Amino acid sequence: MTTEPLLIFGEIAEGDRLPTLGYDVTATTVVLGALATRDWRPMHHDKDFAVNRNGTRDIFLNTPNQAAWFERYITDWTGPHGRLGRVTFRMKGSVFPGDTMSFDAVVDGVGVDETGCGWVDVDVTLSVDGDVKTTCQAHVAIPVDPSDNPWARRGDRWKP
Amino acid sequence: MSKLETAGDEGDTGDEGDAGGIGGTGEVPADVRALIGVEQYPEEGDFPVERGYIWTSCASVENGNPLFWDDDVAAELTEGPIAPPSMLSVWFRPHHWAPARTADHLPLKVHFDLKERFGLPEAVMTDNTIVFYEPVRPGDRIHTRQVLRSVSEEKTTRLGTGRFWVIDVEYANQSDLIVGVESYTGFGYRRSGSGS
Repeated sequence: MTTEPLLIFGEIAEGDRLPTLGYDVTATTVVLGALATRDWRPMHHDKDFAVNRNGTRDIFLNTPNQAAWFERYITDWTGPHGRLGRVTFRMKGSVFPGDTMSFDAVVDGVGVDETGCGWVDVDVTLSVDGDVKTTCQAHVAIPVDPSDNPWARRGDRWKP
Repeated sequence: MSKLETAGDEGDTGDEGDAGGIGGTGEVPADVRALIGVEQYPEEGDFPVERGYIWTSCASVENGNPLFWDDDVAAELTEGPIAPPSMLSVWFRPHHWAPARTADHLPLKVHFDLKERFGLPEAVMTDNTIVFYEPVRPGDRIHTRQVLRSVSEEKTTRLGTGRFWVIDVEYANQSDLIVGVESYTGFGYRRSGSGS
């Protein structure tokens, strides 16, 4: 059985908006995310430490796990053929239990490189109540036609 | 401290990346210039890349990408199972405990070396870029090294006076193929009004 691409390069245009993903963060979200990234620092699992030592209002989502959230959000849109080439994060604030995360994104560039690889640039924001907590600029390879597979690219044919 | 210690992890420390900085004194000393482009602190991961941790990561963010859950899709698209690219740095964080562990883990040691060298007590990471190359696969043994790419002259931002630097952390597999490069922009500084 052949897996058809969910999204083809020609279907995407600058200015397109990705569907919003909302997620209610709990203490479990934060602790599970910290352990999944082997981040044992107490401010990601010990509320007493976070409040009394870090001066934050609660434990908070760690950065490597936010990277995993951004990847999930982007590949929910692209499907399994979408291949991340480059991501840039900027951290502006923390995400706590009780927050509802909102992931939103807009396509801010599309292009085909000299190897024939189709690239889409998306600006993603993670916000809580309209307050941007983290931004992620992602450069993602998308199949240029139904027979294309960016994952098959190696060496000089992969220029992220 | 994790290698991904960031502004976000330290709370709202300001959006200094936009601050740009003013002034420009204090040339980069020769001993620091000599380190630019040099591979430092090579390290081998403690354990091979494993599927259990891939599923733990996917579960933590409810990532249902069939590449990581359906072996037929993985065989067709990626010639077998791979790890989510965003897990790149996970393979380098040690378990909380290991028997007879003696070597210190040195995440982003170059960053702390620069803080010490310039006597800058505070630091934030302003940007973190990751570029992905060869996919990481279960069973891979990943090794890493740190490379200082640049150091600025002294600059003053809203946070204080100090220097920006860019450090690359390069990750390669057992065949020495680069699987990814993380670039960190750090700003080491002294708060305004504090002595040196």
